[in-house]
Amino acid sequence: MAKQTLRLALTGSTLALGLAAGGVLAEGATGKMLTETCYGCHGPNGNSVGPASPSIAAMDPVVFVDTMIAFAEGDTYSTIMGRIAKGYTEDDFEKMGQYLHKQEYTPAKQEFDQAMVDEGAKLHDKYCEKCHIEGGKPVPEEEDYYILAGQWTPYLKYAMEDFNADRREMPKKMRKKYEKMIKDKGEDSMAKLYAFYAAYTDFSSEGGDDDDDD
Amino acid sequence: MTMNRRNFIKATGAVAAVGAIGFPHIALGQGKKVVVVGGGTGGATAAKYIKLADPSIDVTIIEPNKEYYTCYMSNEVISGHRTLDSIKQTYDGLKGHGINVVHDAAAGIDADAKVVKTAGGQSFPYDRCVVSPGISMLYDKIEGYSEEVAEKLPHAWKAGPQTKLLHDQVHAMKDGGVVVIVTPPNPFRCPPGPYERASQIAGYLKENKSKSKVMILDSNQAFSKQGLFTQGWERLYGFGTENALIEWLPGPDNTVVAVDPDAMTVTTDFGDDVEGAVINVIPAQAAGKIAMDAGLTDDSGWCPVDKKTFESTIHKGIHVIGDAAIATAMPKSGYAANSQGKVAAAAVVAMLNGDDVGTPSYVNTCYSIIGKDYGISVAAVYRLSEDGGTIAGVEGAGGLTPMDAEPFALAREVQYAYSWYDNIVADIFG
Repeated sequence: MAKQTLRLALTGSTLALGLAAGGVLAEGATGKMLTETCYGCHGPNGNSVGPASPSIAAMDPVVFVDTMIAFAEGDTYSTIMGRIAKGYTEDDFEKMGQYLHKQEYTPAKQEFDQAMVDEGAKLHDKYCEKCHIEGGKPVPEEEDYYILAGQWTPYLKYAMEDFNADRREMPKKMRKKYEKMIKDKGEDSMAKLYAFYAAYTDFSSEGGDDDDDD
Repeated sequence: MTMNRRNFIKATGAVAAVGAIGFPHIALGQGKKVVVVGGGTGGATAAKYIKLADPSIDVTIIEPNKEYYTCYMSNEVISGHRTLDSIKQTYDGLKGHGINVVHDAAAGIDADAKVVKTAGGQSFPYDRCVVSPGISMLYDKIEGYSEEVAEKLPHAWKAGPQTKLLHDQVHAMKDGGVVVIVTPPNPFRCPPGPYERASQIAGYLKENKSKSKVMILDSNQAFSKQGLFTQGWERLYGFGTENALIEWLPGPDNTVVAVDPDAMTVTTDFGDDVEGAVINVIPAQAAGKIAMDAGLTDDSGWCPVDKKTFESTIHKGIHVIGDAAIATAMPKSGYAANSQGKVAAAAVVAMLNGDDVGTPSYVNTCYSIIGKDYGISVAAVYRLSEDGGTIAGVEGAGGLTPMDAEPFALAREVQYAYSWYDNIVADIFG
């Protein structure tokens, strides 16, 4: 609900600004100026060419702001991102999130095990699709999406290591699904999911994540 | 917690959004000319970002070399972890953006007539000029050292043939030899560079020539990331023990004042002669020669600039970026040059279009690879001070890899260092 209000607020201010176009209203650095400082590590327009640092183009702006605040506050472990995140205000993150949201996403070009992709797709559909919609691809016209597809596999592995070592808080629903997947489908489930995300392949949900046990 | 964050954003979102909306660009820059002198990290970044921001601006970059070897990651070439080819960049990407790339050396800049002249006899008029000249080596600060002697005692502080020379010397050295690294007085390009180099060479010696060692003769008494380097050296290279692969001897006593290329010795300020099987002399530095010739330097040998636009405070219409510029808290690093290139590009485009120059934002991120799966970093976010006089690090932000970091974290930093490299060169030259 809070997010819905934010989205309306953003739309509202876009319209308001349209009336004032031509005048210089911007307080502080623009989203473009702030975001371009990220590209040295995260790639042109936020599309990382790898091998490990993640792409940040086309992220959901609310997810971006939440993620950055969690880095800055140390709730999410990082090697370096938290140190840098502390240099910005929430206001800055909001501008950066809006700017990144408009950048076209280029899936990472990386090797993957083709044999695992189809199985990974099924696992994704059953355990992940409810939150990581559209096969984990960016869906800029939607909201509340978390990109996994086309992301660098080493980064996804780091994130999972951090979740499992309690360096990063795994949402309750995710933990439940994750533990169930490992129990029912085995330890190599994650390798299959990584292959599926790396393949950035066509995906259509066959009913998606059944929510029976929620 | 998530709800709290979102509620906070809700409260500030409407205000924040105002600054986020881009204005459609009105091409007042039509027909304006920008000449960029120097196709290194700063110059190539500025050229690309000016062209992307306003394609109507005619952008020419003047660079003598057809290929550019990045200084960053060149220490990995010296140790043999990567090839020289892997740090070679070309100008095809810039040409693809519609930038005129002229392979000629800038010989002079007439700030009054607004013309850059080249050694090849060409003239390039400009409306605004960006100078990113890198560094010049002050060979004569060390007795017996010169550009010619550097063919035997390499500095390898500009990547390319010098990098290969030092690599070849270290790899040809007999076991039991000493690799002497002579560091320059502050300020100099890449403050952690000499110590990463010592680490990389020590890693090679550990695997291949364990009776050898690296000896750093330092002009200074402290150095960049010192605690982290020292801890890494203790963990990997026996630093501080009898069998240390790295020895560090600080200034001022160990400042090298003279070299003898025939005897293969260096003389310290204290008067000791130290023999090396390989001698890497990194001399004192100043702004690149074209900046001196164009009168863009002050008594310090570096270029004073307006911190918001990087416009020279000596010659209007010329912006100086990268290692040559005096950028207060920002170090002379590749990431800083890249960041400054973007700030200068935005300023140039705004000024050519008659717009107000917006608020700048600057970042530095710098990795050093001490050994296998052992990376460290320093980062900073900078803002322009209220009075516009300094570029200051945001308090409470940035800083170093924590001491005593766990192996998984140090290994990740190596992968992020490689990501840093691949992404920054894509950002600059892609």
